[in-house]
Amino acid sequence: MMEITPAHYTVLSAALFSIGVIGVLVRRNIIIIFMAIELMLNAVNINLVAHSQQVENLVGQAFVVFVIAVAAAEAAVGLGIILAFYRNKETVNIDEMNVMRW
Amino acid sequence: MDLIWLIPVLPGIGAALNGLLGIRYFSKPVAAAIACATMAAALILSIFAFAQLLGAEHREHVVTLGHWIPPIPLQTVDGLGAFQAPWAFRLDPLSGMMILIVTGIGFLIHLYSSSYMGHEPRGAYVRFFCYLNLFCCFMLTLVLGSTFLVMFVGWEGVGLCSYLLIGFWYHKKSAADAGKKAFIVNRVGDFGFVLGVFLIFFTFGTIDFREVAEAASHMPVEGAAFGVLSTICLLLFVGAVGKSAQIPLYIWLPDAMEGPTPVSALIHAATMVTAGVYMVGRNAVLFSHAPMVMTTIAVVGGVTALMAASIGLVQTDIKKVLAYSTVSQLGYMFLATGVGAFAAGAFHLMTHAFFKALLFLGSGSVIHAMNDEQDMRKMGNMKLYMPITYVTMFVGALAIAGVPGLSGFFSKDEILYRTFLASPLLWGLAVITAGMTAFYMFRLIFMTFFGEYRGPSWGHDAEGHADQKDGDHAADDHGAHAWHGPHESPTLMTAPLMVLAVGAAVAGYVGIPAALGGSNAIEHFLEPVYVAESAAHAEEGEHAVAHLSHAAELGLMAFSVLIAGLGIALAYHLYVRRPKRSEELAANWAGAHRVLTNKYYVDEAYNATVIKGTMSGARGLWAVDRNVVDGAVNGAGWLTRALAWVSHVLDKYVVDGLINLVAWICAEGSYVFRRGQTGLIQNYAVASLFGVFACVTVYLVVRFMG
Repeated sequence: MMEITPAHYTVLSAALFSIGVIGVLVRRNIIIIFMAIELMLNAVNINLVAHSQQVENLVGQAFVVFVIAVAAAEAAVGLGIILAFYRNKETVNIDEMNVMRW
Repeated sequence: MDLIWLIPVLPGIGAALNGLLGIRYFSKPVAAAIACATMAAALILSIFAFAQLLGAEHREHVVTLGHWIPPIPLQTVDGLGAFQAPWAFRLDPLSGMMILIVTGIGFLIHLYSSSYMGHEPRGAYVRFFCYLNLFCCFMLTLVLGSTFLVMFVGWEGVGLCSYLLIGFWYHKKSAADAGKKAFIVNRVGDFGFVLGVFLIFFTFGTIDFREVAEAASHMPVEGAAFGVLSTICLLLFVGAVGKSAQIPLYIWLPDAMEGPTPVSALIHAATMVTAGVYMVGRNAVLFSHAPMVMTTIAVVGGVTALMAASIGLVQTDIKKVLAYSTVSQLGYMFLATGVGAFAAGAFHLMTHAFFKALLFLGSGSVIHAMNDEQDMRKMGNMKLYMPITYVTMFVGALAIAGVPGLSGFFSKDEILYRTFLASPLLWGLAVITAGMTAFYMFRLIFMTFFGEYRGPSWGHDAEGHADQKDGDHAADDHGAHAWHGPHESPTLMTAPLMVLAVGAAVAGYVGIPAALGGSNAIEHFLEPVYVAESAAHAEEGEHAVAHLSHAAELGLMAFSVLIAGLGIALAYHLYVRRPKRSEELAANWAGAHRVLTNKYYVDEAYNATVIKGTMSGARGLWAVDRNVVDGAVNGAGWLTRALAWVSHVLDKYVVDGLINLVAWICAEGSYVFRRGQTGLIQNYAVASLFGVFACVTVYLVVRFMG
């Protein structure tokens, strides 16, 4: 068993974040996009926690709690918007969401 | 006598009441009562004033109400003079006689009109009385005024009222035209009058009658040279010619017959048209210093008398006959004035006022009875239907014809006698005129009252009904009902006729000539007015005009009576005994008849010269106006429009063009950029990702490579 170093955490975090970014950019279902954003947030959390442990400073840990709280709030607001949108347009396809243009 | 200013003011109040309130609020009887009451009050005042004047030692009284124009310095022939015009009224024998005529006859005509105008709608009826009262107000101002300017106020005022009353039925084009004609022709005369007044002030430095007469009496008589006095007199005479309808300005008077008949009686026979005679008499001192003008006046008067009488011979309109007769009689008055017999002129003015007012009112009564028919050829045998009118008009005709014993005889023979002394030639004219007067007057009487009835027939079943109603049918409202044939007029109309008939019969007895055993009272009564005060005493002894023996005077009288009698007999022969004969005569003398019927073509001549001239002049000026003045204005307008158009083009294509260009560039340019605005979140997210990559790349490059 090799020792898990901060580098591993960083790579994992970067991979998760990349997956999240790609998910946001390529998927058309807004629910999926939402989940991809959660993925990016949690990638950041992993990063914070790992480096917090390494530099033996608890500020990072506390920060993660805030991020999770904000993510929960964001999920609540976001799902509410999605629900309202669905009632109007009967779809969750993000390509239909183009009313805010010229 | 101090209240004489009230005499003109009273009818003025009546006019104001009727004019301002009456047209809207007063009923017919109220309006007529106000008008008649103010005239009656003026008449009573006049009688009192006249009685006092008769009793006074010094028969002249001036009442000054105050200043109209306060003294202002104006240039006169010798230095600056004070031009002033007080509201001053002068009562002396001449104006005393005139106010009695105006208020007396005016009152009777007001009474007559209250019935004659009864068919008019209420508004027109009240308006009529307002005008009539206003006329009396101005006429009394004219005769009572003590300066030329106050007289001129009355002079213009009566002209205005004459215009208003001639055109009283203004919806009738001929009446409106006649009113305009009278007004315009009078303007010509008034212009002369005004110039005369200017010259009087310039010469004498005053416009008071008495002062002017005083000053003029000290100037030499302009026997040979045509000096300033002659000029003044000629200008004043132009005014008199216009107002009193003499050649060449008489043309308006016959047309003035378009007005209601009482108006013709009051204004165009008894009072206003005599204003010229009055004015000349008022300035007798001036005129007697200008013998050349006097000769002119006499000739104009004589020729007018003859010419108008000859036209009167063939007229068929009953009022036109009387109108030409009026012109002719006015000619007589001027003839008298022109030969220096001012008193005889004024005497004839008075008697004429009576019998001519009577004749006009009588003709009005006939016209009324004939349902507004004025053509004598459609009358006849009217004496059967209207005995009072017949008798009174017969008296009037006898008076105007100069039958001995009636008023016209005395005044006319006085004129003839004085004319004979001055110029037998003019006397000849006047005697021929007298014969014509008798002829056309009795032609009128015979055609109207004698012979067979030639008018339209009326329903015979209604005849008995009408006859029964004749006596008490005072309301006389046949305008609303069918016409029941000729009938006597109501009492309100016949009463003035009777009073005037008495006047026409006896008015002459104030001037019985010496040859007939009288003392010619009126001449002595009026004499002081015609001489300057200072001269009055000096001339007393040598005031002896050339005289003929009484026998010769009686001979002249007998001759003129004979001529008049011939005229009457001829009329009787032609129109009663052998009615066909007049038509034969007219056919045999067709040329002369046509000339007379067409009034010597004077109207046509005026039309061809003065009116056409004025019209073409006006047209010329109009063309200048239209082409030059309007052209300049329109040119300026066109230029402004052209400049505005240039400015508009600049604005539209240069200024607006720049603005639009900027906007267009922005609009077109924005097409490129708006492609980026897809509205798709993922596109934006890609863009921000690449932005992050770019930032990180720059960071890394700067950090590790630099």
